[in-house]
Amino acid sequence: MRSPCDPSKFVAESVKNIPPSGIRRFFDLVSGLEDIISLGVGEPDFITPWHIREMCIHSLEKGQTSYTSNYGLPELRDELTRTYYRRYGLDYDPSSEILVTTGVSEALDIAIRAVVNPGDEVIVVQPSYVAYVPSVVLAGGKPVIVSTYVDDNFSLTAEALKPAITNKTKAIILNFPNNPTGAIMTQEEFEGIADLVVENNLFVISDEVYECLTYGSKHVPFSSLDGMKERTVMLNGFSKAYAMTGLRLGFAMGAPEIIHSMMMIHQYSMLCAPITAQLGAIEALRNGKEEMERMVREYDRRRHLIVRGFNKIGLECYNPKGAFYAFPYIGNTGLSSSEFAERLLDEKKVVTIPGDVFGDAGEGFLRCAYAASVDDIRKAVERMGNFVDGLKQ
Amino acid sequence: MDEQIRHILEILENDARATPEEIASLTDMSAQEISQTIAKLKDTGVIRHYKTIVDWDLVGENYVYAVIELKVTLERNQGYQAIAERIYKFPEVRSVRLLSGNYDISLTVRGKSMKDVAFFVAEKIATLDQVQSTSTHFVLKTYKEDGVILHEPEAIKRLPVSF
Repeated sequence: MRSPCDPSKFVAESVKNIPPSGIRRFFDLVSGLEDIISLGVGEPDFITPWHIREMCIHSLEKGQTSYTSNYGLPELRDELTRTYYRRYGLDYDPSSEILVTTGVSEALDIAIRAVVNPGDEVIVVQPSYVAYVPSVVLAGGKPVIVSTYVDDNFSLTAEALKPAITNKTKAIILNFPNNPTGAIMTQEEFEGIADLVVENNLFVISDEVYECLTYGSKHVPFSSLDGMKERTVMLNGFSKAYAMTGLRLGFAMGAPEIIHSMMMIHQYSMLCAPITAQLGAIEALRNGKEEMERMVREYDRRRHLIVRGFNKIGLECYNPKGAFYAFPYIGNTGLSSSEFAERLLDEKKVVTIPGDVFGDAGEGFLRCAYAASVDDIRKAVERMGNFVDGLKQ
Repeated sequence: MDEQIRHILEILENDARATPEEIASLTDMSAQEISQTIAKLKDTGVIRHYKTIVDWDLVGENYVYAVIELKVTLERNQGYQAIAERIYKFPEVRSVRLLSGNYDISLTVRGKSMKDVAFFVAEKIATLDQVQSTSTHFVLKTYKEDGVILHEPEAIKRLPVSF
């Protein structure tokens, strides 16, 4: 009989070093509960528009199930080039400056791995999406956190960024429109950041997956700023704009040297993004504008509803300009974000995400997705109002 | 089009019962402004009518619907409008449309039985001077009416928590 082993001994140190996330516990709390209203989702509540699904079905019927170019289908890259030229006057060469990926998640991972050497510092602006810090850690880099604050409308300021830059800083990860705050950045606000990027010779990884979901003002791609195109890899995808989350399709746009390096990793890990999703994405770019704009108007209405609702029940709420999240302040209730979210779930069966999941700067806030039906939002706000009233007594 | 007006119309097109207060909570406007804007939209004919889509089958009222295609001959001094007017005044007629293609006019007719509908067409429509021929198609099942899917399959379940 051979001696038994402890499988955990095989786990790599780099994985063990991933900072723990409190969220698994939250998953467990939610599962099995009945009659819950969830404002905890990070995806649209719309189904992928039918014309896109129908294109995917049609392609399967025709037997289009092969690999594609590592870079992605040429037709999709052509369509992306045209789309970004039309929207912002940005000019990306479809043959060398675009890589189609399996969701933005993959694009983020390989963008970081493509530029980060062990020991490099990477600035992560928080509150922000949960994957940035672990991805930097897995690549052997050192995350350096810079916070944004509600008083600055959750914008990144040059004053906040400057002290975080050292001679080891290699890159900065931006995420506007932002998950979880819903903040966007204007061109003027970005200019100061761009100056620092040039002064310190930094690279920028800009996750713009909520690009199409802005309300009242147009999105500004960081790469559209003077001198920023070569220094920036723009990450984006179809999940949020076209409600295609489960189809897993993203893309990266940047300098040929960067895109090629990302492709070197991509070709040996993912090989190519799923062809069905790529064909659906072509349809989305060609004919999806109207449906997408209809969904954006619907989110806009829910945004009004939820922000007004929170302010009315005494939870001060920054008015988000993008994405589909409201980020009310709950600090004056005397509870921490986790306590508030857990008790709210336990006592009122409303799922929200504690703000500190998105970084320490999110403590005192709650992420509430308004990618939910109007009825559910009304009910959730009412239950939260009762909960807040109960705390006062 | 004004963005606020588009919001109001989209909300009402989806739910005619939405109150000014409910609409206001979804837009930048006050309930009073919403009421005034809706009144203006009614006056100018942008909002034509509020109606309810009823599934009569579920209360045992088994109406029979038919689509009737008409070929018509136009007479001097009388265009399609005159024929349409003559036809749409019958309460049995639910819709009247002028079409391009092989037929000129398409009607939807509602009756209590197939016999009812067939006699209505034979007696009231086919006998009109301008009507050359009729072709009656009985409706067997309605899947979608005015953008509303009547028997929607089960909703897709999402994860309750994701980032």
